[in-house]
Parts: sequence; C-alpha cells; structure tokens
Amino acid sequence: MSETPDAAWPAPPQGSRDSAFFWEGVARGVLLGQRCQDCKRFRHPPRPLCPHCHSFEWEAIELSGRGTLHSWMQPVHPRLPMFPEHYLVALIDLEEGIRLLSNLCEIAPEDIENDMPVEVCFVPTEKGGFIHHFRPRHQHG
Amino acid sequence: MARGKAVIAGIGQTEFSKDSGRSEQRLACEAILAALEDAGLAPADVDGMTTYTIDNNEDVDLVRALGIPNLTFSSRVGHGGGGSVGTLAHAMAAIESGLAEVVVGFRAMNERSEQRFGQSQMSNTGGAKGAGTGFIEWSLPQGSATPAGWTAIQAQRYMDRYGLSNADFAPVSVHLRTMAATNPNAWFYERPITLEDHQASRWIVEPVFRLLDCCQESDGAVAFVATTAERARDLAQPPVVIRHATQALPFESETVTNYYVEDVTRFETGIATSKSLREKTGLGPSDYQVAMLYDHFTIAIFWHLEANGFCKPGEAADFVREGNIGLEGPIPVSPNGGHLGEAYIHGMNLIAEGVRQVRGSAVNQVRNVENVLVAAGMSAATLGKG
Repeated sequence: MSETPDAAWPAPPQGSRDSAFFWEGVARGVLLGQRCQDCKRFRHPPRPLCPHCHSFEWEAIELSGRGTLHSWMQPVHPRLPMFPEHYLVALIDLEEGIRLLSNLCEIAPEDIENDMPVEVCFVPTEKGGFIHHFRPRHQHG
Repeated sequence: MARGKAVIAGIGQTEFSKDSGRSEQRLACEAILAALEDAGLAPADVDGMTTYTIDNNEDVDLVRALGIPNLTFSSRVGHGGGGSVGTLAHAMAAIESGLAEVVVGFRAMNERSEQRFGQSQMSNTGGAKGAGTGFIEWSLPQGSATPAGWTAIQAQRYMDRYGLSNADFAPVSVHLRTMAATNPNAWFYERPITLEDHQASRWIVEPVFRLLDCCQESDGAVAFVATTAERARDLAQPPVVIRHATQALPFESETVTNYYVEDVTRFETGIATSKSLREKTGLGPSDYQVAMLYDHFTIAIFWHLEANGFCKPGEAADFVREGNIGLEGPIPVSPNGGHLGEAYIHGMNLIAEGVRQVRGSAVNQVRNVENVLVAAGMSAATLGKG
C-alpha cells in the first residue's frame, strides 16, 4: 500500500526565513534539525529563538534519521491529484527529541505498530530534488 | 467601576443549509439583526463587535451595512473555530471594563456552497499565517491536507493507547444525530442514524474517521448580543450570565495539528480552559447540566469529556456508550445535535444552544439548567442563569 518507488512527490516548499534551511536540506536529501547553540536543545518546527534559553544563535545539524513511529493515518477522501493514490502520513519521534510529520513507506497498514523503529529515506520529487519519508528500521541487520 | 457580569441578551441565526444563495455579508447582517431583535435592541445601540478568524466578513463592511453609528471595541479572536467561545471572553472583557456596552459576536459563512471547508486546503486561508492556525507548512508537503487528516494523527495515537477502533466513535455520531432529528433547525432534522449506518459510511481517513465521524459543511450564520446585567434588565429576554469565558494557548499547542505537545492523547487546550473556568466560577463537572462541546469530529467529544472531568482519561468511549451524554444522562451533550447534526457554524451555533438551554427555550430542553459549559478547545465559557 505504500507509494511505488518511482512515484514523484510534489517538491517541498521553500519555507520561510526561519524554516528554509530545513527544506533546502530535504531537497538535497539531508535531514536537518535546528539546535540551539547555547543550550544545545533541538526544536521543531523551526523558530527564530530557543524557547528555553531565548538564545537567537542556532545551527542546522544533520539528524541521525532514526526514530520511532508516534502515530499515522492514511488519507482516503478526497483524493489529492498531486499525490500518489495510496500513501501514509506519519508522526515521527526523532532520536534528538523532536517530533516531525512525515510519510511512512515500505510497509502495509496492517503491519504498522505505534512506537516501531523507523529511519529516514528520501524519495524523488517532481522537480528533481527529494523529500523525506520514513521506513521501518530493522535493528539487527 | 463595578459593572457586574456581562450577560447574553440576544441570539439570532439564519437557516442552516448547503447553499444559502446569498452573500456571507448578508448572512452576517441577518443573524446580527435577528439577535438584536431578540434582545429588543437596534443597530444604533451597538458599540462593540467580535468574531474569529476564518470568517470573511470585515467589521468595516458590517458597520456600513447595518448603519452602526460607531464601534468603540472591535476584535477578531484567533484559532478558527477553536477560538469561537473566545468571542464571549472578548465581549465579557469589553463590557466589564467599560470599553463597550453592547457587543455583537457573529459567524457567517458559505463554507459548503463557496469555499468548501472539509476539502483539501492546498491554498485555503484556513491554515494560513495570520489565521491563527499557521500549520500548513508542516502538513501539506506530506499530503496531509484536510481537517480530518490533521485531526486523525492525534486521534490514532489516542485510539491505540486506549484500545479503541472506529466503531467506538459510533455512539457519539448516533447521539448527535438523534438530537438533531427532533430539532427543526437542524440540517439532519428527522434523519437519525444507527450504529450500523455509522459503520457502513465510507472511510475519510483510515483507520480513524468515516464520513459519519465528520461534522457537516454548512452555509449559515449565528450571532449573539452581549451587554451589561444592568442594561439587560430592561430588555426582551431573561439574561444569560457569562459566568466566565476564557482562552487557552498552552506551550507548543496548535489548533488541529496538535502534534508537538508531549502527550498528544491529552487535550491540553481543553484541560487549560477547564482549569480556568473551575478557578473563576468554582464550578466542577457535577455543577453543569448541559455541555456544548465542539465536535469537528466524533473523537473531540471524548477529548472534551475527559479534559473537563466528566470522566477519566481513556474512559470517554465507555462513558458515552453507557448513555451518559443523552438528554436523561448526567451530562447531556449538545442537545441541538452539534456540528454533526445541526450545522457547522464553527461553534457559534453551540453558543446559541447554550443560551437557549439556560433560558429554557430549547427544543430538546434539559430540565433545571443552572450552568452550561460551552467548550471549543482553545476557548470555553460557563453560561448560567442570572
């Protein structure tokens, strides 16, 4: 039920001044997280300052891409013409302590379990870049 | 400066339909005029106005259309329908502080015949920056583009945690349609459903929502008029006191894409408004005779029931199945049929029914109503007898 490997997804958005780094990373196949340079905590969605220590200094750090599945759903109606016929939307808990909405692939809905280990993968988009999906992570081989 | 509590002196509405055949501005004016007439007031008496985001009407146009001499207070609450009851908070604040004396609140939309609300929101302002929602960037690229889909992400975690399936939502849908079936103003008047009808309706988002889990898309308008208790004494209707009204925006909360709070199965906004109301009114769950709960989807009734202490976390499905939200139950929920049964006027029709229940004038009237809870997530109020 996941999308076919060749399906071209819509290109990611450009984002705002505060979030452009994330989408630029995704478009070239790198998952970036926003980390406070002072207290070192990650945050998502992106914002101009750290809500904990209020530092405006931050850096974009490549994330491990590993996480667990927090929840998921499969849109049925209405069909969106720019997306594949079947796909899964998933909320991911990343190792770095942030949560990110993405898509789940390479698994049938009946096999999904919340909190299962997942890892990032990148699928091509219609404009030649990539967008981030997650797939089951097999911890031993 | 002791002005006493603000009260609701009038309510008004248009018919609820799928194609009103007239402009959203006209709908707003019809509902506001009806509310003023209900109260025994006229546009010349109005000096305050409030609505909430995702309404296309501007105060400038309504002042011009209605011939209002001057507004000394005007506001637009954020958060879309979640902020609907915030109009009562703003009206209360304006009236009790003296900023205005007669405040109208309204919602008017052709959300079925014009820009459909439940369809994909690829460019709808409903999720845009400035609408008080601002989540589009983190949902649309993933193909999560409808209110049902946004809500389903939170709902699936709740269902999984408490071992529920979609069939557990059916009693909510049946209840609201049962209420609507005897409400002549409801779109689904005389059209009740069964548990089987719910389970036979098509999937909108698997494995979470079927068609009969979703609120309607409606054309229509509802308005209220609030004023001082003193002024209301000479008006046409028995006043309905706004005992308290509040907004809530807990850290990391969003309106329908509430994915970033630590535990998405907790209804943090509802918990916050519940706490505020309890602190300010001294009223707990057993003090309410009616609860008007914002039902964009069936599961929201569970979240409201738990957040407001009518049952414990995770127990709402059993609570509803056992009949506790029916007219004869300990806490009758949305006797007008709510958004699933009556119409989806984004919470404003729930406020109007709350007023009718306190007045004792509802078609599905609960006996001996002293206090009504109206809860929309990011806003809530306690209405009561004067």
